Amino acid sequence: MSKYTEDDLKVELENKEYEYGFYTDIESDTFPAGLNEDIVRAISKKKNEPEWMTEWRLEAFRAWEEMTEPHWANVHYEKPDFQAISYYSAPKKKDKYESLDEVDPELLETFKKLGISIDEQKKLSGVAVDIVMDSVSVATTFKKTLAEKGIIFCSISEAIQEHPELVKKHLGTVVPQRDNFYAALNSAVFSDGSFCYIPKGVRCPMELSTYFRINQGGTGQFERTLVIADEGSYVSYLEGCTAPSRDENQLHAAVVELIALDNAEIKYSTVQNWYPGNKEGKGGVFNFVTKRGLCEKSAKISWTQVETGSAVTWKYPSCILKGDNSIGEFYSIAVTNNYQQADTGTKMIHLGKNTKSTIISKGISAGKSQNSYRGLVQISARADNARNFSQCDSLLMGNNCGAHTFPYIESKNTSAKIEHEATTSKIGEDQVFYCNQRGIPTEKAIALIVNGFSREVLNKLPMEFAVEAQKLLEISLEGSVG
Amino acid sequence: MLSIKNLHASVEDKEILRGINLEIKAGEVHAIMGPNGAGKSTLSSIIAGNETYEVSEGEILLEGEDLSELAPEERAHKGVFLSFQYPVEIPGVSVTNFIKTAINEKRKANGQAEMPANEMLKMIREKSELLEMDRKFLSRSLNEGFSGGEKKRNEIFQMAMLEPKIAILDETDSGLDIDALRIVANGVNKLKNENNAVLVITHYQRLLDYIIPDFVHVLMDGKIVKTGGADLALELEEKGYDWIKQEQEA
Repeated sequence: MSKYTEDDLKVELENKEYEYGFYTDIESDTFPAGLNEDIVRAISKKKNEPEWMTEWRLEAFRAWEEMTEPHWANVHYEKPDFQAISYYSAPKKKDKYESLDEVDPELLETFKKLGISIDEQKKLSGVAVDIVMDSVSVATTFKKTLAEKGIIFCSISEAIQEHPELVKKHLGTVVPQRDNFYAALNSAVFSDGSFCYIPKGVRCPMELSTYFRINQGGTGQFERTLVIADEGSYVSYLEGCTAPSRDENQLHAAVVELIALDNAEIKYSTVQNWYPGNKEGKGGVFNFVTKRGLCEKSAKISWTQVETGSAVTWKYPSCILKGDNSIGEFYSIAVTNNYQQADTGTKMIHLGKNTKSTIISKGISAGKSQNSYRGLVQISARADNARNFSQCDSLLMGNNCGAHTFPYIESKNTSAKIEHEATTSKIGEDQVFYCNQRGIPTEKAIALIVNGFSREVLNKLPMEFAVEAQKLLEISLEGSVG
Repeated sequence: MLSIKNLHASVEDKEILRGINLEIKAGEVHAIMGPNGAGKSTLSSIIAGNETYEVSEGEILLEGEDLSELAPEERAHKGVFLSFQYPVEIPGVSVTNFIKTAINEKRKANGQAEMPANEMLKMIREKSELLEMDRKFLSRSLNEGFSGGEKKRNEIFQMAMLEPKIAILDETDSGLDIDALRIVANGVNKLKNENNAVLVITHYQRLLDYIIPDFVHVLMDGKIVKTGGADLALELEEKGYDWIKQEQEA
């Protein structure tokens, strides 16, 4: 029998980590797999949380125990074994490389296509960044600017410690612990996330994206985000990154809560590009997200999303239009290729009078993927003069993919005006040939057609990001035409 | 410029072109006329490289270079332009964006840098004026909701921008009223010079009142059965195609 060395042990552990998609630092204590009250308590303790927070988590856990995974979405996958997952592991230690030469060339190629700067490439791929002093100082400048305006922007863990009154008052008010299976799970075990508070009448002077991108390379598995825009304030927030995240955590269950108080406006943009699995449909992230915003009087929330990653996406950013004259918007591009599945859409709940909502959804399916739009427009009895406009367009590439639309409309008020438009089209050979004839190669032609199709939504993204998102669409669909 | 030698082509085992021979020199305008179903549009599609058709025999040479192995975009980069009979719509892509992409792809293929934005704008302005196009037109989605005349004008606008060596105008007169026809023909005439050539494919003679051909060919049953000067077109207009058929059978 061969000698079993320490190196062998290390290799074995590494492989095991990969199998479960978790990083486990041998040096630090990692929780055993499985979930029970002790684990929840331990997570809370680990994070040094106050008693009320621990209780809040436990409440969520108890609710979760009673719940079952939802099955109604138009997606098929092997259900994760929730007792096989470890719910706390030491903060992810990224691989450090000495230079970009050591990084996966395929990843670098993608960065190049996205037009990401060398410095940022280093940051994103975990190259030792001591030479990149710039970004550090930039981040510091941002922090200073924000602080001067009284804007709080920090991790949710930090917020629990530093601003407990704000967290306690708002956490779970839009997405209650027992809202749904994944939200309950998230509430019990969330690892970290972001917190943002914009004071009364303050207009946040920058896209919070810039800051975000520099500071947060990796993403947590159970992220929790809480954004509060106080009366008359404005914030544009961007989460995610166009750069591919080779996150090995298979299950992601995030919760995002937005609160827009009277006359406030929140613009929340997402670019999601998690690992979609390989061409044969192996691997890839399960992305089960609950996102919801609450609008008080004359407030406005806009969700814009570009979803190109993940093997399975289950996501419905929604708006509760509670206050009179409030506005909800949802602009979405969902791209599925190979064996990806997406079931995404929105809920617009009209409670106040003269509330307005707009839904523009663009689904692009290629390969053998399935892309579903699922939306609910609900007008309550008290919501006089509510208006909704929905438009769901699907674009198909090839003959093996699917596009589905499930629009639900429930109106209890006769003064409501609800419009729904839907189209399904296919990229035609004649369109491609036309482009070819003008000297545009097929891949570029597809990109052009897809970008044209998605334009209304791309236009809603912050400028710099729109360009990257456009390139991202091209990359996501590469190789989808034979 | 363009020479076609003994071209045979079929679609789904049905032979449509049965030995076409055509020699177009720089500076010339040729017209191909013929009854419906003669293979006129097939010929233009094949020159452009449409893979729906199978070329079983013969060759197409552009300035002596065989095109048969080249993809449609490669042919375009070498200077082949086809004005489509039915231009397709591409929603969300503006006329400007489309032509900019096309020009830069061509330049890239020919080892040139992208065209600077100011140069592009200047050229767009010049060419759109040549075709009497409204500037608002340029920001509209390509061919979406365009009238027949607008579509054809847009085709010639693209031709003007791309400056091809050989321009094939496939039934460019169809769907045009007389004013649009005059503008389109005028544009083509202004773009013509001794370094390029035009092949007009048409069912009717009326376009040839404006674009005067050096040669007129009659295409019937997949073959060129008669060649003449501009007056042949007039004769066809007057007498139809039957007399040629009879001449053939005789």
